[in-house]
Amino acid sequence: MKLLVCVSQTPDTTAKIKFTADNSQFDKNGVQFIMNPYDEWYALVRALELKEQVGGTVTLLHVGPKENEAVIRKGLAIGADNAIRIDAEAKSSLFVAKQIAEYAKTEGFDLLFFGKETIDYNGSEVPAMVSEYLDLPFVSYGIEMSVEGTTATVQRDIEGGKEVLTVDTPFVLSCAKGMAEQRIPNMRGIMMAKRKPIKVVPAVEAAVGAELVGYAYPPEKGDVKLIDADNMDELVQLLHNEAKVI
Amino acid sequence: MAVLVFAESLTGSIKKIAQEAVAYGYQAAQAMGTECIALTIGQADGAGDLGLYGAAKVYNVDASNDFDAQVYASILGQAANKFGADLIVFAHSSSGKSLAGRLAARFDAALVTAATSIPTVADGGLHISKGVFSGKAFATYALKTDKKVVTIAGNTFRPTEVGAAVAIESVSLDAATGRIKVKEVNTVTGAVPLPEAELVVSAGRGMKGPENWGIIEELAGTLGAATACSRPVADVHWRPHHEHVGQTGVAIRPTLYFAIGISGAIQHLAGVNQSKVIVVINKDPEAPFFKAADYGVVGDLFDVVPKLNAALAKFKANN
Ligand SMILES: Cc1cc2nc3c(=O)[nH]c(=O)nc-3n(C[C@H](O)[C@H](O)[C@H](O)COP(=O)(O)OP(=O)(O)OC[C@H]3O[C@@H](n4cnc5c(N)ncnc54)[C@H](O)[C@@H]3O)c2cc1C
Repeated sequence: MKLLVCVSQTPDTTAKIKFTADNSQFDKNGVQFIMNPYDEWYALVRALELKEQVGGTVTLLHVGPKENEAVIRKGLAIGADNAIRIDAEAKSSLFVAKQIAEYAKTEGFDLLFFGKETIDYNGSEVPAMVSEYLDLPFVSYGIEMSVEGTTATVQRDIEGGKEVLTVDTPFVLSCAKGMAEQRIPNMRGIMMAKRKPIKVVPAVEAAVGAELVGYAYPPEKGDVKLIDADNMDELVQLLHNEAKVI
Repeated sequence: MAVLVFAESLTGSIKKIAQEAVAYGYQAAQAMGTECIALTIGQADGAGDLGLYGAAKVYNVDASNDFDAQVYASILGQAANKFGADLIVFAHSSSGKSLAGRLAARFDAALVTAATSIPTVADGGLHISKGVFSGKAFATYALKTDKKVVTIAGNTFRPTEVGAAVAIESVSLDAATGRIKVKEVNTVTGAVPLPEAELVVSAGRGMKGPENWGIIEELAGTLGAATACSRPVADVHWRPHHEHVGQTGVAIRPTLYFAIGISGAIQHLAGVNQSKVIVVINKDPEAPFFKAADYGVVGDLFDVVPKLNAALAKFKANN
């Protein structure tokens, strides 16, 4: 099978978030970037498992400038066969989705893997957009998948439960926890990754959609009010009369 | 001009988040000087009541309740054109998120997901804000495309009664057969789904083992709250993984969040720091969670939780 895994990068989970002086841009200074965990742990690994089961190739795709190549190398070290970098700043989800769709439309991928969302914007936007641009079925929040021939059976998370469905390839899949187990790249993988090809593809013109106006910090939390462990009636009264939440 | 709201249903009934989406659509329509229209697909018991929360009209499309994003997006795209919608509103749910991106691509439209503000008219378009970087900041966007798409954060826009129930009108749109075949839908019956819960009791590794969860369930029972947990607890299967909240789990915005025996790691806070009120129970006064808390109890949870439960039960009996 011909498998595509789309990966993005996000600030490290513990990164301190700051903005430029006028709050108009995210300040990348000193921020460590990592591969988005959903893309790495679930989408990429499940694609590799599928390749191990049925054969084929796993292609990694990233939309971003050259300075992001560390993320691509990591994906290659974990086991992807080759990589595509679409050479543009990831201006917005709509812009990124259009780049991916334009590249993928003539490549005949059987399955397009995405993480369920990025951990910085949590939008879940790109996979849905790509599936629309390519007019493919979209299976979101997959937590388990088995593939038999060209038919996949997927279990997906829905609010307060689960859904089981079947769908024939080609389709777009977004992956959540449960889909696979994280793989740590080993020395051999890291060495091999250095020799795997990264093809650079120019970006196409595309709409940007929503335009960022600016950022703001949330209001500071006041100090915590401590209540004595032996005085739970007081806590209940505070929740009722002061916080008005019960 | 119109605001079109997709009012989703689960196993044939309108969901609470659909009421929130209509409440949002109504307020957006007020700001934009137009009306709010709700669209339901398939069986949608309780749809007429969406009028209470501000839907001027409620339409139904006769199609399968089995969710297929490709089919539903096509129906919604046709509806958006037919009703001249400039803003299309979804809940930030598994279906809402799957559809919003598709609609945005279909119309090359501006999209904001998990919005936390009612749109304001500005810049010849709309301004809408959302939380970013795991609740560490807010971003405001300008949406200037002809059609605009938004999903709304849960538990943020309360449905209030502004109108009366309406009759459901059927509208015939082309509903092609999809390629996804839904085999089973298993929902936890009775329990409030965690993302929709107003009250949440959450516990972590401080519980020592799954056999000790009785006191957590009792407390949740007394309050009528949903239960949640930290990631390590779900990882070792002390609790089901759908209870895992945080950056890599479910992000929630309840009005009241109890964190019991949870240290308050940044990745955990990412999923819960938009709760209205946070109560922390931890034996370590230095636990980072106290910095994010409104109320705190320093003490052994095995001692504190039963006492809290008794105090709450007494309160409930008198109120
Ligand atoms: C990339 C990444 C993503 C992550 N995503 C998530 C996520 O989504 N959600 C998440 O929760 N974590 C996540 N984590 C893990 C996170 O960093 C913490 O390790 C985790 O939240 C800790 O769980 P905990 O608070 O239950 O356990 P601990 O940190 O072990 O804390 C237990 C707490 O219980 C208290 N305690 C112990 N005994 C008692 C007692 N008898 N009475 C009262 N208090 C007691 C202790 O003082 C301590 O504060 C992630 C980590 C990484 C690296």
